[in-house]
Amino acid sequence: MTAAAAGPRRRPPSRPALLRSLRRNLTAYGFMCAALACFVLFAWYPMIREFLLSFQETNFVDPPRWAGLKNFETVLANPSFGQVWLNTAAFTVLALVFGYAVPFVVALVLNELRHARAYLRFVVYLPVMLPPAVGVLLFRWFYDPGPGLFNQILELVGLPGLSWLDSSATALVSLVIVSTWMNLGSGTLIYLAALQNIPGELYEAAELDGAGFFRRIRYVTIPQTRLVLLLMLMLQIVATMQVFIEPYLLTGGGPENSTMTVAMLMYQYAFTFGDWGAGGALGMMLMLVLMVFAAVQLRLTRDDRD
Amino acid sequence: MPNAVLRPDRPDRPVPAAAPPPPPGRRRAAARRTARPRAAPSRPFRTIVSPHRLNSRRGRIVYRAVLATVVTVFTLVFVFPLYWMVTGAMKTGEEIAQIPPTLFPADPSLEAFAEAWELFDLGVLLTNTAFYAAGAWLFVMAVDVAAAFALSKLRPVFGGVILGAMLATLMIPPMVVLLPLFLTAKSVPLLGWDLLNTPWAIWLPAAANGFNIFLLKRFFDSIPRELVEAAEIDGASPLRILRSVVIPVSRPILGVVSIFTVVNVFRDFVWPLMVLTESDKMTISVGLSQVSNQVTQNALMAGLVIASIPTVVVFFFFQRSIMAGLTAGGLKG
Repeated sequence: MTAAAAGPRRRPPSRPALLRSLRRNLTAYGFMCAALACFVLFAWYPMIREFLLSFQETNFVDPPRWAGLKNFETVLANPSFGQVWLNTAAFTVLALVFGYAVPFVVALVLNELRHARAYLRFVVYLPVMLPPAVGVLLFRWFYDPGPGLFNQILELVGLPGLSWLDSSATALVSLVIVSTWMNLGSGTLIYLAALQNIPGELYEAAELDGAGFFRRIRYVTIPQTRLVLLLMLMLQIVATMQVFIEPYLLTGGGPENSTMTVAMLMYQYAFTFGDWGAGGALGMMLMLVLMVFAAVQLRLTRDDRD
Repeated sequence: MPNAVLRPDRPDRPVPAAAPPPPPGRRRAAARRTARPRAAPSRPFRTIVSPHRLNSRRGRIVYRAVLATVVTVFTLVFVFPLYWMVTGAMKTGEEIAQIPPTLFPADPSLEAFAEAWELFDLGVLLTNTAFYAAGAWLFVMAVDVAAAFALSKLRPVFGGVILGAMLATLMIPPMVVLLPLFLTAKSVPLLGWDLLNTPWAIWLPAAANGFNIFLLKRFFDSIPRELVEAAEIDGASPLRILRSVVIPVSRPILGVVSIFTVVNVFRDFVWPLMVLTESDKMTISVGLSQVSNQVTQNALMAGLVIASIPTVVVFFFFQRSIMAGLTAGGLKG
C-alpha cells in the first residue's frame, strides 16, 4: 500500500505529459487502494457471492458444490413460503398507509408554523436517533397486555384492551406501529427540506388566481415536490420490505407465522437450519423484487438531472 | 425547480474556501428560538397560507389553535414514550407492574440503573461499542477521505467507473447481501482471515460505504481548482495538498461523515448480531436484546435509557450536521 502511495520518483516538469499522467494515476490509485480493497471484499464480492450462493450447496466442511435450482426448489416447497411473502407485502402496504402520507402532512403543517419549529423538528427526529433495538424493546413493554402502556390508555378511555403481539390478528399491525414511530422523522425532515425549496411566488400567484388552501396544495405543493414524493415512495417500499428487527425482537415470527417476513425466514434458513443455499435463494428472490423498485428510483433520479 | 436534496450535482452548499464553515440551509439555520428571526432572510418567507391571512384576527386564532395542537400531539407521541421509559427505570419492581400505572414514580430511585449495569454488563457493552465506533471512524476517515480525494482531485483513469461502482452499492438492499457478507467475514476470500468476533468485522465493512464516498467527493468537487493548483505550483505533494488544503476547508462534511459513522455503529443491529456473538464482544444494542427476557422490567428500561444516551447526546449537540446530512443525501433513508 505504502509503496504504491509513494509513486515513482519525482521528475522535472519538462518531462512528457505521458509520464506526468502516469505518476498522477499511480498516486491516485495509491490513495484509493485501501478503499478499493474494502469495496471489493465487503461490497462488490458479496454481491457476486449472493448470486453464487443461491445456486450452490454451502456447508462449512466441503467446498461449495453446484446445486442448480435445488435451493430455489427448497424455498418454494416451504409450506410458509406464500404466507411469508404475504406478510411482508402486508407489512409494506400498512407501513405505507401509516408512514407515507403522515410524514408529508406533518411536514406541511410544520412548514406553516412560525413558532416552535426547532423543538418540533428535534422531537420528530428523536426516535430516529434511538438505536432501533431500544425503540423496539421499549414498545414491547408498551404492548404488554397487562400493565403495558397501550392497554392502560385504552382502559382509561373505556375501551377493551387488545392482545397486541400475542394475537395473529394484531401482531403485524403492532409491528407497523413501532416501525412507523421509529422512522417517521426522517421522511418528515426530507419533505420539509423539499417544501422549503418551493418559491413563495408560486403560492402568491395561485392565491391571486383565487386558489384556496387545498387547491394550493394540489396545484403548487404536490407538483413541486412530486419527485421527492415518488422517490420516498420507492425508498420506503425497499426499506420496509427488508423488515427484520421488529419481528425478530418482538414476535420471533409468531404467533402462527403471522409476522414471519422474508428477511426473517432468510435469517432462519442460514442461522437456524444451516441451509445457506436456501437462504441465498430467498435473498435472490427478494433482490429481484426490490430491484424493480430500485430501478424505478434510479430512473427518477436520472430524469431529474436532465 | 426540483429539490436540492435530489441533486447531488448541484452544490447546495456554499463554496467552503473563503469563509470557514458557513452552515448549510440558511433558513433552517435561522430558525432558532430568538425572537423574530424570520424577518432576516432576504426573500420573504411564504408558504401555503398567506401572511396577510395569518395576521387577520381569525387567522391568528386558528394559527394559535393549530400550534397548540401540534405541539401537544408531538410531545405526546414522540416525547411521552421516552418519558415513560425514563420514569419506568426509576420505579420499583412493584410499582412498574402496578395497574393502573403511576404517572410519576412514587419514590424515584436509581437502583434499577445500578442493577442493569451489573446484569447487562453495561460497562463492557458500552466500551465495546465505543471501541468499534472509534475504529470505524478512523477507518472511514483514512480510507474514504483518501479515496474521495483521489477521485475528485487526481482524476485517475477509470475514476468515473470506480465511482459509479461504489455508488451502485447504495442501490443494493443491505438485507439481501447479508448472508454472503457474513460468509465473507467468516473467511475473507484470498486472505482466509476469520473476522467473526473481532472488531475488524465492524471496521472493514464500515469503510466500504458508498454514501460516504458520495458525500465527500461531492464536497471536494466544490473546492476551487485554483486553491489546489496554487499548492501544486508551490510544489506540494498530493498528500500535502490533502492535509493542508483539502481537509482544513472540508471540516463541515468531515463532521457529517464522522457523526454518521459513529451513530451507525451504535444503531446497527443485524450485522453485529451476526458477527459478534460472544457475550463479551457484543455491541450494546445486541447485548441488551439478548438478555432482555431474563431481567426485570425496570432494569430493562434502565438499560434502554443508558443505551440511548450516546446517540441522543450526539443528536442534541450535532443536530444541524445530522439534519444537513440527511437532506443533502436524501438517498439513504
